[in-house]
Amino acid sequence: MTTRYRETLIGWGLLAPAMILLVAFTHWPALASLIESFTSTARPRRPSRFVGLDNYEQILADPVFWRALGNNLIYAAGTIPLSIGIAMLMALWINDRIPGRTFARVAYFTPTVLPMIAVANIWLFFFTPQYGLLEQVTGAFGLPSHNWLGSPDTALAAVTIVAIWKEAGFFMIFYLAALQAIPPVLAEAANLEGASRWTFFRRVQFPLLMPTTLFVLINAVINAFRMIDQIFVMTRGGPDNATTLVLYYIYQTGFSFWDTSYAAALTVVLLAILGLAAAIQYGVLERRVHYR
Amino acid sequence: MSGTASPPHPLRDATFSRKGRRSQAAGPSNPYEPAGFSAALQSVGAILLAILWILPLLFCVWAAFHAIEDTTRFSLAAPWTLENFRRAWEAAPFARYFLNTFVLVTMILAGQLVLCTLAAYAFARFAFVGREIAFALVLAQLMIMPDVLLVENYRTMSRLGLIDTIPGIALPYIASAFGIFLLRQTFRTIPRELDDAARVEGASAVQILLRVYVPLAKPIYIAYGLVSVSFHWNNFLWPLIVTNSVEARPLTVGLQIFSSGDQGVDWSIICAATLMTSAPLLVAFLLFQRQFVQSFIRAGIR
Repeated sequence: MTTRYRETLIGWGLLAPAMILLVAFTHWPALASLIESFTSTARPRRPSRFVGLDNYEQILADPVFWRALGNNLIYAAGTIPLSIGIAMLMALWINDRIPGRTFARVAYFTPTVLPMIAVANIWLFFFTPQYGLLEQVTGAFGLPSHNWLGSPDTALAAVTIVAIWKEAGFFMIFYLAALQAIPPVLAEAANLEGASRWTFFRRVQFPLLMPTTLFVLINAVINAFRMIDQIFVMTRGGPDNATTLVLYYIYQTGFSFWDTSYAAALTVVLLAILGLAAAIQYGVLERRVHYR
Repeated sequence: MSGTASPPHPLRDATFSRKGRRSQAAGPSNPYEPAGFSAALQSVGAILLAILWILPLLFCVWAAFHAIEDTTRFSLAAPWTLENFRRAWEAAPFARYFLNTFVLVTMILAGQLVLCTLAAYAFARFAFVGREIAFALVLAQLMIMPDVLLVENYRTMSRLGLIDTIPGIALPYIASAFGIFLLRQTFRTIPRELDDAARVEGASAVQILLRVYVPLAKPIYIAYGLVSVSFHWNNFLWPLIVTNSVEARPLTVGLQIFSSGDQGVDWSIICAATLMTSAPLLVAFLLFQRQFVQSFIRAGIR
């Protein structure tokens, strides 16, 4: 009993500094957002007061919120499968000893070490009407000029491509590590059984990569709601809210319109989305993952 | 394994791989490794994708080193110049931004190493009351990053009087759930016998941590350090909100303000500034790319 007491004392003593900061900057703000979401924003002549579910009713009736959520779901549906799929392809390609694999590995991974804000400048240049590289290429084929970032139809796709470009190389290295951890005996056995390369991938490699896929998927889902830096540079949520994502809308509400209570309610909605995503992934997918 | 009558390709590859392994012991080889035409095809595919992947960056390099009138004229005769870098450097206080980012990244990493080590040690080796709950609270931060809680964290920082200071940017990231988790996993693999031996010799808990655990986890510290430095060097949204003066602003925010200037800065200068701000990480990556990739793998897998 005394050792238990001693362990508790030392354990919490070691944990305390980190725990205080964690509570202060993660748990408390999450809770505070929830509390504040039931109040109104203090204005010079109207102090903050309890308003019940008013902020949430406002969210339900807010076309910009629905636009942002819709955009975010499209952004997620674009970035998650494509970045994971491309990452897997990259890893499968350069896992083999083929000529040019070192160059390819560096090229794939380079976007990961660049700041998103710098990367977005590069892509802004790429998409610029007339000057940009994309216009040079389409112009060479005689296609009409198109303002990729200025048109609501293509702006969201453009910022999605940037996110995929940034993420795929990062995810690739996890697949690369997982592929190298697969025992070579399995390949020899499959080969003796006469399995084709495709069968070997589908029946052996892909299932063994599932834990990695789950890990990467969790990261990709979080990033789909968190990675918004490029929007500040490329579109600022425009044109006509075509690239406003949920977190960007929270930023605008909180720091451009200074409506902190409404921003708190939006934050609670975002936390609920992230929590739901986590529950689905851990609950449903975990059971289907084949662990070695 | 039969002779050459059966389907030629896989079998031949398998034989090769066996011989290869015996002779040069260069790691495991794979009977599904492509050879001949299929290897060439795969190589071409990988290289084409690689070129596509760095094309925007190459374009930026071209623009940064050429005069504005040559930006989109891809001619080998176009003269190279450093003029854009000089003008970018003079147009904004980049020296100060570099210093701020350096201080920021160092402060965060130092804080993270100390706090995460202590917390990870507690989780790995002490059966204290409330450990499971405490660990669940830590893991929650993996899903809810501080970036999402902008509004409330801004309020906390203004109560603490830390708006527009470098500690104000750093503080929310110092207790890193990722770091705690990573180090806990590592510490758990260290045999308890080493612990007990040190304890018999009268070492205290902190002494055991510093003399046994920390040295054995060195590769993980390096991996975590690289991941942390590159993440915070590149971080943008929170620093944008917390800072509003040159004295505290990191490079990313400085670059954004510089390139969104309304006076219409020209492309070559923006590209030069972009390369300048990414240069330290990019150069470090190109020099040590193998270690970089290894570190990211190590930090992610455990």
